[in-house]
Amino acid sequence: MKGYLRSDGRKGIRNVVAVVYLVECAHHVAREIVLPFREQQVHLIGFSGCYPNAYAYRMLQRLCTHPNVGATLLVSLGCEGFNRSALLDEIRATGRPADLLVIQQEGGTRRSIDQGRRWIESAKEQMERTPIVDFFVSDLVVGTVCGGSDATSGITANPAVGLAFDRFVAEGAAAIFEESGELIGCEQVMAGRAARAALAPELLRCVDKAARYYTALGHGSFAPGNAEGGLSTQEEKSMGAYCKSGNSPISGILKPGDVPPQGGLYLLDVVPDGEVRWGFPNINDVQEIGELIACGCHVTLFTTGRGSVVGSAISPVIKICANPETYRRLSEDMDVNAGRILEGGATLEEVGAEIFEKVVRVASGEPSASEALGHQECAVVYKSFEPVGPGCLPV
Amino acid sequence: MLSPAVPDLNEVDEWSLERNLFLMKNTPPQLLRLHSADNVLTVIATMEPKELLEIEGMQVPVRNRLPIGHKVAARAIGVGEKIIKYGVPIGSATAEIALGEHVHTHNLKSDYLPTFERETQSRFFEEKI
Repeated sequence: MKGYLRSDGRKGIRNVVAVVYLVECAHHVAREIVLPFREQQVHLIGFSGCYPNAYAYRMLQRLCTHPNVGATLLVSLGCEGFNRSALLDEIRATGRPADLLVIQQEGGTRRSIDQGRRWIESAKEQMERTPIVDFFVSDLVVGTVCGGSDATSGITANPAVGLAFDRFVAEGAAAIFEESGELIGCEQVMAGRAARAALAPELLRCVDKAARYYTALGHGSFAPGNAEGGLSTQEEKSMGAYCKSGNSPISGILKPGDVPPQGGLYLLDVVPDGEVRWGFPNINDVQEIGELIACGCHVTLFTTGRGSVVGSAISPVIKICANPETYRRLSEDMDVNAGRILEGGATLEEVGAEIFEKVVRVASGEPSASEALGHQECAVVYKSFEPVGPGCLPV
Repeated sequence: MLSPAVPDLNEVDEWSLERNLFLMKNTPPQLLRLHSADNVLTVIATMEPKELLEIEGMQVPVRNRLPIGHKVAARAIGVGEKIIKYGVPIGSATAEIALGEHVHTHNLKSDYLPTFERETQSRFFEEKI
């Protein structure tokens, strides 16, 4: 495999231009800038809110300096609260081409769009000089998330991802599972896998925080489609989701934007700290994928039983379909058919190996199904986090 | 003796011994036990009414359609008993459940957080209006 070397030493598997709206009022201009380049690795990301939020700032900072990103154009209306000059300085400090368009100063919609498109042309020329180096499995950061789960997710796709995760961890990669609200009911089993004594109580605290948060909201991380798909309770969904983590020891806990300090298996804590004040911790699957990417994920393994079609800006999403009936309906959106395990067409081990090989091929440049279909979703919300406590990370 | 969930076989039309023997021999197992301690089994291919479930050597006709992934009782389960899947409790029974009966939100509740269904949501909005 080959990768794009960045100044912080990390390596990317894509060389994307990120066009970033810093408030919803700049979204249209940013989208128009991207339009002629939509099949040339120019991706639209952004944050809708007008008022500043440390989490949203950190999310955009991490996304703009992700190893898959080679250049960044920030698009501001001009009056929003986002600290655009600080973000521009941080991106420029990494050596990436970066610039800022302020629509109010540029002279409106058309002038901003023209200016933005010209900038992309010049940035793409500069990006051709990005050093290309060898890329190893141990350089990979792989995330996993499930969405549109049904009762097949926890017996085919999720345990198959778990087997692939075990192999990534064994080969020195970092592997991240997330969604502490979907670990409610599994906390004791999970704490038993802590790599260090100090980590076990942190894992329990993490799930306890999620249980309190969701209790205050009135229901769990459970959509009506989950029940239609045969999942009856949060605990049942949790047990199925938990299988994605495989069997490796858990090396640490991350919060959105924390990059794993070394290889190993990590839990990403996505539930905000403090009192309940930002609404639902995971408003949709796209936002969860974005948090994994902010932690440096090169690819995200997305398992689905009901049949999600999502992809993402910046890092490819690989979709693993758990349900053979769903696969027959939505095969063009899927990368791996794990549902054939139920029909005698493959073993769990064979599908686990297929997932591992698929990641290697996508990391080598092969587009995933969602990439080929042009999916480039992105969603950043308001949240707040304290830094992870001592004991959460390997030393 | 058959469990109380089994309807009168006279009601079961289109049922033929030949057809079911053929299905039993030529289809993979329809039910999956994920852990030896489980009291529910997972349906691994959608089953239509009147098809036969094979549980503990007994044949139990399917009453309502069982979509892929749904659960049936591996034995009779009493009210308040824990439902065990993957070897761990996934909630408690809210009704008497017969062998082979569909186990879902109508007879199983979470011990942690209530399950949110679309029907509940529409009732919520009707009440608000």
